[in-house]
Amino acid sequence: MTTISTSAGMTIDDDGRALKAKFARAERARQIKAAGLVAPLLAFVLITFVVPIGLMMYRSVDDPVAVRAIPRTLELLNHWSPDSAPPEAVFKVLGEELLSARESGDLGKLATRLNYDVPGTRSTLMRTARAMRRGPAEGRSHRDLFETIDPKWRGGEILAGLKSLNSPYTRSYYLAAADLTTNLYGDIVAKPPHQRIYVSLFVKTLWVSLLVTALCILLAYPVAYQMATLPAATANLLMILVLLPFWTSLLVRTTAWIVLLQSNGVLNDLLVATGILGDEGRIQMIYNMFGTVVAMTHILLPFMVLPLYSVMKTIPPNYLRAAESMGAPPARAWLDIYLPLTLPGAGAGSILVFILCIGYYITPELVGGRTGQLISSAIAYHMQSSLNWGLAAALGTLLLVGVLALYWLYNRIAGVDSLRMGG
Amino acid sequence: MAKPPPCFGLPGRIRNIIHKAVCASVYLFLVAPILVIIPLSFNAEPYFTFTPGMLTFDPEAFSTRWYRDIWDNEQWLRAIRNSFFIGISAAVIATTLGTVAALGLSQASMPYRTAIMAVLLSPMIVPVIITAAGLYFFYSGIGLSQTFPGLILAHATLGAPFVVITVTATLSGFDRSLTRASASMGATPAYTFFHIIAPLIAPGVISGGLFAFIISFDEVVAVLFLSGTEQRTIPRQMWSGIRESISPTILAVATLLILVSVMLLLTLEVLRRRNERMRGIGI
Repeated sequence: MTTISTSAGMTIDDDGRALKAKFARAERARQIKAAGLVAPLLAFVLITFVVPIGLMMYRSVDDPVAVRAIPRTLELLNHWSPDSAPPEAVFKVLGEELLSARESGDLGKLATRLNYDVPGTRSTLMRTARAMRRGPAEGRSHRDLFETIDPKWRGGEILAGLKSLNSPYTRSYYLAAADLTTNLYGDIVAKPPHQRIYVSLFVKTLWVSLLVTALCILLAYPVAYQMATLPAATANLLMILVLLPFWTSLLVRTTAWIVLLQSNGVLNDLLVATGILGDEGRIQMIYNMFGTVVAMTHILLPFMVLPLYSVMKTIPPNYLRAAESMGAPPARAWLDIYLPLTLPGAGAGSILVFILCIGYYITPELVGGRTGQLISSAIAYHMQSSLNWGLAAALGTLLLVGVLALYWLYNRIAGVDSLRMGG
Repeated sequence: MAKPPPCFGLPGRIRNIIHKAVCASVYLFLVAPILVIIPLSFNAEPYFTFTPGMLTFDPEAFSTRWYRDIWDNEQWLRAIRNSFFIGISAAVIATTLGTVAALGLSQASMPYRTAIMAVLLSPMIVPVIITAAGLYFFYSGIGLSQTFPGLILAHATLGAPFVVITVTATLSGFDRSLTRASASMGATPAYTFFHIIAPLIAPGVISGGLFAFIISFDEVVAVLFLSGTEQRTIPRQMWSGIRESISPTILAVATLLILVSVMLLLTLEVLRRRNERMRGIGI
């Protein structure tokens, strides 16, 4: 490349390069400035949201207690098959390790953990450890001692249960969340029918969400259409009727449905007063699945009306007139022209309603009674009542994965910005 | 130009009437449950339904005893104080962080914008029960459970996405040449921010802050898992009211909350109009 000298002694080539470098530097500075503005919130969200949820997901596979408390027993059990009688050494070592676990405070955790997989064994472990201080009587084996303390040691279940805890990571919470368990040999098998809870609960949650979404479409469509076709002033007034419930506290709306639907509530009183029902024939409309569906539809309906309305607002009425002028009957014009154009709004609204519905806790918990509760209630139960945090974390992770998949779909259809009315 | 949807084969007038009737019943479904609460909160009897006296407008059948009940009940008063304290603190944090982030996100030079936006908005997507579960485990390890700071941080996280969205939307209508004009006349970036940008985006920031406040004010899942008795908020107190001792005091509180939401709705509407006027566009 030729270079031309200038009077200042610089070359044009250098100058060009300098300019490019300067430009890159300026661009870089702008990027850093923009990133610097975003950084505080990003850090905040990472600490108060991403990290806790990550830790929750970790908790769903984390299983350190047995490896810490009874490592030598696990080592011995590794060579043991549940078909054979366990060697005496297993009982001897387990006895020692239970005793030291009792002192270090791990025993309770180990017993609770084993109890998740082999129900009813918590007390066995606690009792056994307590009795270990004495050791076996003269001429008796350790195994005899264990079986005298609790006959449950006779079968292989407890030892097989302990054997399955031989890794610091476990799949058993996910198996439990899918109503599965492992047998003596570590094979995955279905739980006995009366213990199967979560698969049907997940299915129920999906069905309720689908039903609520369908009801929302059905109710939102005529309303959104009416608002989109009325003059702006009237439409704005009607919009208030949609936005008032949207902005009203969730608890207020849930209370309202209890007031309306309970057996001594306004609706039943009305039906009795008008003679449609006898006083004995009051209908149970709340604290069951019906209550959940009605209240959820009411709460989520605005999330369907708003996107539908904003899409319908952009469809020029000329399209329909054009179709009709060319001889399409109104029904045909509407089905072939109008309906397809509203699909993005309906799609966005549906996924939004569906996402909100499958994770809903408050309303199903309050008005669902025994039959109308969803998967979120199971998560809350294991967090606060049964304290099986691993199972709560596994159920939560499964729900989270489902929601994120739907969110990805929503993003494809509507773009994240259109969530702005969402709550 | 109201054009009813076609109901196959029916003449236009009947279609129109059917459509209007359907719409009217949906509006009734939306609003009636909320409106029913208001008269019931003045019930003189401890019932959740209309007494014969109320139906004949007997003044004896109405009373404000449930409102006095709130006033006399230390639990409710504490819940009200807590709700405002937590809500305002969370809204201040969310609005500050959210507005600053929105300023960065709306710049063309922002790297990895889509990915970062997805992370920032995720608290809005993820079901609150999962966020609450995560924070419940997290806080129990670091001693933040059953404390005000823990709850305020949780609510700020839930409210921040709404601030980001509202302020970003306001900034997308913001004319960048204004800042260049300001800079060309010698204004420092700080001067430009406070005298040019801030007044223009103020309506967006205020609505974002209101959003964040109402999210916190209405939130109960996180409160259920993260608060102790000391941190009970209004929705948490209502939750107990519904579960344990159902009394019409709840209806009185509910009526007051409806009043709050009507005021918020009006404020947001005023802000929206102001924003449109300042940007010189009408949507």
